[in-house]
Amino acid sequence: MKYLSEYRNLEATKSYLDLIANKVTRTWNIMEVCGGQTHGLVRNGILDLLPQQVQMIHGPGCPVCVTPLSLIDKAIELLEKGIIVCSFGDMIRVPGSKKSLLEAKADGGDLRILYSPLEAVKIAKNNPEKEVVFFAVGFETTAPANALSVLHAQKEGLTNYSILVSHVLVPPAMEAILDDEFCNIDAFLGAGHVCAIMGNEEYHPLSKKYNIPIIITGFEPLDLVQGIYMAVCQLEAGIHKVENQYSRVVKEEGNLAAKKVIQQVFEVGNREWRGIGEIPNSGYKVRKEFIAYDAETKFNIENIKVPESSICIAGEILRGIKKPRECPAFGKTCNPSNPLGAPMVSSEGACAAYFHFSNNEI
Amino acid sequence: MIDYKIINLGHGSGGLMTRNLLDDIIFKTFSNPFLDKKHDGSVVKIEGRIAISTDSFVISPIFFKGGNIGELAVNGTVNDVAMCGAQPKYLSLAFIIEEGLKVDDFVKIVNSIKKTADNCGVQIITGDTKVVERGKGDQIFINTTGFGSVNPKGNIAAENIKVGDKIIVNGCIAQHGMAIMSQREGLEFESTIVSDTTNLNFIANDLINAFGLGIHLFRDATRGGLASVLTEIASDIKKGVSINENDLPLERQVAAACEILGLDPLYVANEGVFVAIVDRGIADEVVKLMQNDSKGRHAVCIGDITKEHPNKVVMKSAIGGKRIVSPMIGEQLPRIC
Repeated sequence: MKYLSEYRNLEATKSYLDLIANKVTRTWNIMEVCGGQTHGLVRNGILDLLPQQVQMIHGPGCPVCVTPLSLIDKAIELLEKGIIVCSFGDMIRVPGSKKSLLEAKADGGDLRILYSPLEAVKIAKNNPEKEVVFFAVGFETTAPANALSVLHAQKEGLTNYSILVSHVLVPPAMEAILDDEFCNIDAFLGAGHVCAIMGNEEYHPLSKKYNIPIIITGFEPLDLVQGIYMAVCQLEAGIHKVENQYSRVVKEEGNLAAKKVIQQVFEVGNREWRGIGEIPNSGYKVRKEFIAYDAETKFNIENIKVPESSICIAGEILRGIKKPRECPAFGKTCNPSNPLGAPMVSSEGACAAYFHFSNNEI
Repeated sequence: MIDYKIINLGHGSGGLMTRNLLDDIIFKTFSNPFLDKKHDGSVVKIEGRIAISTDSFVISPIFFKGGNIGELAVNGTVNDVAMCGAQPKYLSLAFIIEEGLKVDDFVKIVNSIKKTADNCGVQIITGDTKVVERGKGDQIFINTTGFGSVNPKGNIAAENIKVGDKIIVNGCIAQHGMAIMSQREGLEFESTIVSDTTNLNFIANDLINAFGLGIHLFRDATRGGLASVLTEIASDIKKGVSINENDLPLERQVAAACEILGLDPLYVANEGVFVAIVDRGIADEVVKLMQNDSKGRHAVCIGDITKEHPNKVVMKSAIGGKRIVSPMIGEQLPRIC
């Protein structure tokens, strides 16, 4: 686990911060796409170590934050039908229109918090008399394991396992942000773990079309400052291309085995993003061949639709138009104990990161 | 002689089966002059100021790497009394057992309680046993109450803390929480992390004997971890707490497990870690004394009390940045990616 020391090295980080300060000549807005990167920046106090001219904008890359309210209500509906619902921990505190999954559990729902969808398959196998649904949330990162769970269930001949899919894709979201009339992003730090699965191929046309540097970046402090330096170098030189800072993990072609599993079970389709709305071809849905494993179809809950909160500005936060502290509800009516929107709940949400770690108030 | 393999509702009836359970296991194991009277309570003589603490233990799994719920129930309460600056002497012990608990497991827990109590120098002097229906408990819940005399040489109180005081921890953080996590259903991963559950009463008493009023506060960092203790202290004393990330004692494999599961070790539970806030003039000697004790081998100074940022805990990150350490809201949860 060398990354716990080498990529958190004080001197190396300082030297990149100095390089950034020496290189920058004007204000640049750089969006880190992933919530994990936001937390890395805030948790390590990097935002305050950067020169004023380098403004980090927090992107939509938190899978919990962009999961629409209606999907949470659908999961709660399944719990209330007596179905065993399995979920990653981040999701359970996010408020639905009436309550969160955690509150639905307190009301008697059988909610299981897991690390892996394969555990959910095991639960289905051990409880043949019950239906088991895995709440399959996430970007391209979690898609292979979720797809694999379907293949495992099929192999085991299980008919009581299905997934409630809320998979979203990063490149279409980046494109939607760039198309927004209020967009002021000069460069992206691409999400390293997404590219570890999908590779860099999809980012080249994006960089070319919008003349924007995209640096695929990891999550440790040194990854982040090096990624920012690479972005600043491109911006100051007036060039724009895809660069891979996270080459120790990310290969140009990605993980071919993982991509194959995704393609086997999922196909690309339109997806609704919380706070942003529907983005064409921005998510995965279950292929027809595997429709028996699609919980929405199986339990006839496709039509549950819920309007978003009128107070929460999650959409503007997720598109990088506003920062958490610009929200009038931040830290007041909206806080981690009483979140109005998902960015305040999720461990990777920008609002939660600011609430927990930001030193602006020190 | 025990002729039953599992605990059933009859063992909580108050009748003959209850008496058998007590005679066969409880009284036999904990036999002492107080308990042998088989009365509902005990009469004891304690001199000076008395510290009392009670705690309930509801942990799953009940057996974990490095200990079990019984050991935890003794050490936890003993430590709470010790953190008041007192030497615990007596303990009450109440079981709530779920119908179906294996008698072998119960005996293991009771033996462990006896051994741990002996190590701590405390006696079990009163207790209670109830049995609840299957599904209404989680195998076994234990409540313990401890009491003992406050060491007259010390005065442990948050109001004694002043700007410049040093913050010292006795050992590596996050071990207990990660030992439990590594064994929970759905989270199982290969690890050799063991719980740090232990008694801290002797080391705490030695510190008071050696440094008296120079020791301003003790607090054991159990549920909510080190972060919760420090944020509570900052809020209580209305002064700032500054710590250095690089100084936090953390074993490599615990750090790695926290990374894998996406947990912040600052918020992970401990059972053998305590914070001492001491006069800055004696800090080095306090660390040395701790390091000479098996319960304080990894003792280190992690920060100090400041005039700046009152009510807040601020951590200097490994790369030289600063961040607030905020109170934990709910449980730390496994994350998506």
